[in-house]
Amino acid sequence: MTALLFSLVIIVGIVSIVQMLRVFDLSNALKGTDEIQVNDQETNNIRWAFVVFFLGFFAFFIYLVASYGDQLLPQSASLHGLEYDWLMDLNMIIIITAAGLTHILLMVFIFKYAKNVSPKATFVTHNNRLELIWTTTPAVVLTIIVIYGISAWNSMLMDKPEDSINIELYARQFDWTARYAGEDNQLGKANFRMISTTNALGVINSSSIDDRLNEYDDKIFELEASREKVFPGGVSDDEILDNIILVKKNRAAVLQYEEQSKNENFDIANDDIITKVEFHIPVNKSVNFSIRSQDVLHSAYMPHFRAQMNAVPGVITHFYFTPIITTKEMKKITGNPDFDYLLLCNKICGAAHYNMQMNIIVETEEEYNKWLAEQPKFNVAQAQ
Amino acid sequence: MAGHKETFITKYLFSYDHKMISRQFLLTGTTMAFIGMAMSLLFRLQLAFPGESFAVLNFFLGDKWAPGGVLDPNMYLALVTIHGTIMVFFLLTAGLSGTFANLLIPLQIGARDMASGMMNMLSYWFFFLSSVVMIASLYVESGPASAGWTIYPPLSALPQAMPGSGTGMTLWLVSMSFFIVSSLLGGINYIVTVINLRTKGMNMLRLPLSIWALFVTAILGVLSFPVLFAAVLLLIFDRTFGTSFYLSDIYIAGEALDHTGGSPLLFQHLFWFLGHPEVYIIILPALGISSEVISTNSRKPIFGYRAMVGSILAIGFLSFIVWGHHMFVTGMNPFVGAVFTFTTLLIAIPSAVKAFNYLSTLWKGSIRYTPAMMFSIGMVSTFITGGVTGIILADAALDINLHDTYFVVAHFHIVMGLSAVMAMFAGVYHWFPKMWGRMLNKKLGYVHFWLTFITAYGVFFPQHFQGLAGVPRRYYANTEFPLFDGLSDISYMVTMFAMVGGLAQFIFLFNLIYSMFNGPKAPQNPWGSNTLEWTTPVEHVHGNWPGELPVVHRWAYDYSKPSKDGTDYRIPGQDFVPQTVPLEEGEIDGEGH
Repeated sequence: MTALLFSLVIIVGIVSIVQMLRVFDLSNALKGTDEIQVNDQETNNIRWAFVVFFLGFFAFFIYLVASYGDQLLPQSASLHGLEYDWLMDLNMIIIITAAGLTHILLMVFIFKYAKNVSPKATFVTHNNRLELIWTTTPAVVLTIIVIYGISAWNSMLMDKPEDSINIELYARQFDWTARYAGEDNQLGKANFRMISTTNALGVINSSSIDDRLNEYDDKIFELEASREKVFPGGVSDDEILDNIILVKKNRAAVLQYEEQSKNENFDIANDDIITKVEFHIPVNKSVNFSIRSQDVLHSAYMPHFRAQMNAVPGVITHFYFTPIITTKEMKKITGNPDFDYLLLCNKICGAAHYNMQMNIIVETEEEYNKWLAEQPKFNVAQAQ
Repeated sequence: MAGHKETFITKYLFSYDHKMISRQFLLTGTTMAFIGMAMSLLFRLQLAFPGESFAVLNFFLGDKWAPGGVLDPNMYLALVTIHGTIMVFFLLTAGLSGTFANLLIPLQIGARDMASGMMNMLSYWFFFLSSVVMIASLYVESGPASAGWTIYPPLSALPQAMPGSGTGMTLWLVSMSFFIVSSLLGGINYIVTVINLRTKGMNMLRLPLSIWALFVTAILGVLSFPVLFAAVLLLIFDRTFGTSFYLSDIYIAGEALDHTGGSPLLFQHLFWFLGHPEVYIIILPALGISSEVISTNSRKPIFGYRAMVGSILAIGFLSFIVWGHHMFVTGMNPFVGAVFTFTTLLIAIPSAVKAFNYLSTLWKGSIRYTPAMMFSIGMVSTFITGGVTGIILADAALDINLHDTYFVVAHFHIVMGLSAVMAMFAGVYHWFPKMWGRMLNKKLGYVHFWLTFITAYGVFFPQHFQGLAGVPRRYYANTEFPLFDGLSDISYMVTMFAMVGGLAQFIFLFNLIYSMFNGPKAPQNPWGSNTLEWTTPVEHVHGNWPGELPVVHRWAYDYSKPSKDGTDYRIPGQDFVPQTVPLEEGEIDGEGH
């Protein structure tokens, strides 16, 4: 394949060099009006060349479909994915027909109305009936596309089943973390000011607020102490002061947050479960993802599930779907024993954007429950 | 004007003459295009041979950005970003509109010059300044802007997030501010000129379609560029003065930033409120140029002139209410997504009308395959191929899995990039005799066309297949997981075509420069056109027409018009009727009623 392509490119290169040399010979021989006007011989060559080009183009299309067709829209592993694929097929049939027919017309007209075979043009300015036809035909076809498209869109985003499992996908440069809502199926609150080395997601429960306030106090103390040791060329006193102000602001914001949410139940975070590297979901159960970002925009993209939603700092976005094929079954379907579902990042987020991924394991409900029971709960992990 | 003494500086540098300014735009735009193209070839090398070492990368980028000849991931993103910025703004906005609006508006409406020569000159020099700043940004130590040409914050707002968001991004924003000033100065001038300075008899429905397209383009630019300016300004505020327009709840590089209440999505709304009309700012002039070239070289009136004008207006209007289709997966309210799906798909109707009208212009014509005509035919083909995939991406449901994949890359490169570049080539081949008084070499034009057309499809068509398989765009490499291993041949094929296509552009460059000085002298009206620009002297004069301004009596498309009795052409022995020829008694002008 590679060798074939390479030789193809070399052939195109050689042909073009030969052509260029010929051109220079010719252009030296022919000066005057031939330089400007296109003679019949050239016209004839060009119309044939266009025919060859368009046939080659169609052949290229068929070649690509034959070579890569099986990898396009890989087997859908989610319930709405089946509807998605059906809609895609419908749209593809429409656009390939439209583009194919217009290109055939273009090719025929180029061939048939070239100057050498059609020396005299017919004076036609417009045709209301024709124009009406080719305005209304696309309008009708597009109406069909719009109706199917919008109803699919609504069902994919707005008909969330009541009993979905809540999972949070948390993005940062350059990895993903998943957080399960646990037995109560409620995700605990989180705040970016609560993020620390021990609490990477900034999850809030009653003890994490106190921990964080203590950490802030330690930090302020540490910074104050470092003011004594300012030396030329190092961090300046002003910079340290700025830093202290920032930390104090953050501390005040956390305090204020605590005040405001006196009546909130922070205990719902206690049974949350946090996992990295891979996350598991049960087959045939609706999963509702809440998507957050720590720093810049990211996008949670799961191509096998026809699922994508951006992670936007400051906003929680949502996407839900029902997986229908387990990883094990998919390994058989694809004939690839190493197959894994992937969560990719699909919004430019920095240098390692291309390597920000997480494996998704779809398994039976028993396997899923067993796996989940083995994971430490948030308050347990926190105590360690 | 006439008789005043010209020095080198007033004639070639700070000229008020629209013909000179048009040439300045073309040459600056072409230079920028070659830089942008070279960048794409550099990152295509990495995509075809991920992680492999190339001396050429080290040669261009140095040890810092290509240590040992292996491209640095940050530099990869920088190349992608600046390639996009240059191609969208510097080549296809300023290069295309700047060249042809300046050249064609006064000449085709019968005006002595633009309404304000001074503003016109400033428009070019702001563009030049903006180009210089953009190029300068390539040389800053932390690297040029790398957040993608859409520069979404917070990535673009925080130097902690990537090196390119430091000084490089500041220069990007400065450059873009100059660019917006240039666009506005130019745009206002074009609008005023078309409205006020049409010669006697040139009513709006006798304007050539190129002028209609450039006129609506200028209106779109004047309405939408200020919104980008606002977006850029607020981003500068966030970066420099600690405001929180676009920033909220961010924890980066070990600290929680003091920003709350802003929204990154605000930037996207502002950006795409320009960004979508921008696509039509690029494609409308291309459609206008193609209309002229196709009609002239088919020796037939453009089919359905009024429908063409109507569709330009419809596209122009609709382009303002579709920007949300860039944001389907940002978490916007699904109801809003449905509305944007509907408005976006509406645009397909006027676009389809245009495609069909081009086809029916060819129908029963007598086609002359000049290089310009071939590029215009290529443009019709790419406009259709790239346009139909827009129907899929406009569908919010289908966009979920295709958003930000190579399918999008293929779509907009073909429908916007290729179509506009093809039309720009068509315009240069067609109007070069008017710009420089000499002819481009036709044979070289043919070679250039075929290599460009074949390799362009070779580069962008296979990318649809990568996108449908789920390959995300802006990935430095697809080697970190086995999912896309089966598609690496496509990356390889695309890069090979890109190399040949890139080299082919040097044929054009050679032709352009060689013919400027050595091309055969242009005849008065080389293509047998009706429009007014071919009534001016081949050698440029200030004020365009040495004597009185021409008076217009008919539309621009009386090609192959028969005489009253139908035995010969309207003008015996000549298959075109210039706009300055008076109507006979009982002769119908234009489409009639």
